[in-house]
Amino acid sequence: MIRFDRVTKRFPDGTVAVDELDLTAPTGKITVLVGPSGCGKTTSLRMVNRMIEPTSGAIYLDGTDTADLKAAEMRRGIGYVIQHAGLFPHRTIVENIGAVPTLLGWDKKRIQERSMELLERVGLDPSVARRYPSQLSGGQQQRVGVARALAADPPVMLMDEPFSAVDPVVREQLQDEFLRLQDELDKTIIFVTHDIDEAIKMGDQVAVLRVGGRLAQMADPAYLLTHPADDFVADFVGRDRGYRALSFQASPRLPLHSERTLLMGEATDRTDEWILVVDDEHRPQGWVEPSRLSGPVTEADLQRGGTVARASGSLRAALDAALSAPSRRGVIVDDSGELIGTVRAHEVLAAIEDADRPELQDDDQAGSPAPDPAAEHTPS
Amino acid sequence: MTWIQDNWTVIFPLGWSHAVLAGVPLVIGLILAIPLGWAARRWRRAYPVIVSTSGLLYTIPSLALFILMPLILGTQILDPVNVVAAMTVYTVALLVRTVADGLGSVPDHVQQAATAMGYGGLRRFLVVELPLAIPVIIAGLRVAAVSNVSIVSVASLIGVSQLGDLLVDGFNRNIPGELLLGIAACLALALVFDVVITAVGRALTPWTRTARA
Ligand SMILES: Nc1ncnc2c1ncn2[C@@H]1O[C@H](COP(=O)(O)OP(=O)(O)OP(=O)(O)O)[C@@H](O)[C@H]1O
Ligand SMILES: [Mg+2]
Repeated sequence: MIRFDRVTKRFPDGTVAVDELDLTAPTGKITVLVGPSGCGKTTSLRMVNRMIEPTSGAIYLDGTDTADLKAAEMRRGIGYVIQHAGLFPHRTIVENIGAVPTLLGWDKKRIQERSMELLERVGLDPSVARRYPSQLSGGQQQRVGVARALAADPPVMLMDEPFSAVDPVVREQLQDEFLRLQDELDKTIIFVTHDIDEAIKMGDQVAVLRVGGRLAQMADPAYLLTHPADDFVADFVGRDRGYRALSFQASPRLPLHSERTLLMGEATDRTDEWILVVDDEHRPQGWVEPSRLSGPVTEADLQRGGTVARASGSLRAALDAALSAPSRRGVIVDDSGELIGTVRAHEVLAAIEDADRPELQDDDQAGSPAPDPAAEHTPS
Repeated sequence: MTWIQDNWTVIFPLGWSHAVLAGVPLVIGLILAIPLGWAARRWRRAYPVIVSTSGLLYTIPSLALFILMPLILGTQILDPVNVVAAMTVYTVALLVRTVADGLGSVPDHVQQAATAMGYGGLRRFLVVELPLAIPVIIAGLRVAAVSNVSIVSVASLIGVSQLGDLLVDGFNRNIPGELLLGIAACLALALVFDVVITAVGRALTPWTRTARA
């Protein structure tokens, strides 16, 4: 657990970057700091590993005041990932990953094994091991940055806009893979971003900071979207917050309609407007218009525009499936990808109207963070 | 030209002492310039002082410095140590700035990553910052080497012999062949220094020669 206790940072030029910050990052969770440029996110993060010393207040790591620890030693137990990865250009990829274990005095063989293991863990080909960072793409470098931070298996990780220097497609991949990793690793993470979508995706809880380094609101993502504390937070979380909040609402039992299907390679004499095509294992492949078919259905006849939602997924996914299907019938599958039925948009909307929103907390006022929102405002 | 045919082997002993008088100060100067350059980076206010003082040293005429050295060091007037010491001053003068700028060329995010991973000050300097400054330092070293080879020839005027002797003698006795040989030998020596330094630099910086994948 990382706890900020009334932490203030005033730089010598008088800038107050962080103002009386009280914040707790629970063990094993991702706490996101989000806010506009210059609101003190990086400063807050760097005060944890004492790259910046607080002007007043204290930061506790599992109850120990970090001011009482030796800075260099403490840092070896805190993984740190930054925007451009900050890899050592003069060191090969394995050497980069093995940097902290080397500082810790591990023996060579163990460092080598650990580095190669991590290389694969973050989805890199072992063949890049002997390359230098400049020979890797930005996305690959960022993966190495993550691997390097994980090398000595630190319980705590600090991540400063780790995925913001790569293109959106790669960013999404890196985010998904990192969330999968975190599922296994359960690190205590503070994650800085200026992108609210990333904050909502990555965070178990999200702290919104305003310029001047004051905490505007701290809550879990669903609560933040449904109950922004004030205009600043509401503005910051954005326009389509109502729609995005649906991501956190599991689909209740939707009224599913059975869908008549066509197997790949079959012909039909039906004249329905749209028919759903499935493969041998009953997995949806796409929609066809029978009137345009001349013989058995082939790959080329498929309309693949529609998204597919899992029955165990969110209301947002179910609604999107209905809206994106050319037939307007949203395809719902089970966890193994088999078709269970279809649902219409109005039925999803009805389900949304019946679903509970996260309840407003009585003690929730603008600027006063709930003590442990992750535990309290779990979306229903 | 017959002079060259009869006497060309003199370039070996003279060239060797020329190489020593120019090369040894290059090494000592580099070793001194590294902590000075580091200090210039470490204390921002020291940077202009250190850089301009060392720059000023370079403007002292070499003959004056050669003659001053025995007074400062208490050595004999003909002692080659005077030349080595004076040349070291020039080398330091050139390299302090180079080292400081080389260290300055290390990307911020790399330094910060090193600090955040728990590299202590000295280790960070030796393992991260200095290696990354090598390309800039090598470039400065090449300039210093050529400058040293050229300045050392003046030492003939204070009786320390090296390739400069050929120039002085060739001029005094009006032997164009000797002059020519002296110039050619100096050029060749400067070239050897350059090739050696470049080769060492390449060996030390394998990461700079990797094609982007
Ligand atoms: N060393 C410094 N000296 C003076 N002011 C500083 C220093 N470092 C940061 N600041 C100021 O402190 C404030 C917070 O900076 P910080 O880098 O923490 O912002 P940030 O939230 O990380 O912004 P961004 O999203 O742009 O990275 C800014 O106004 C910045 O100008
Ligand atoms: Mg920042």
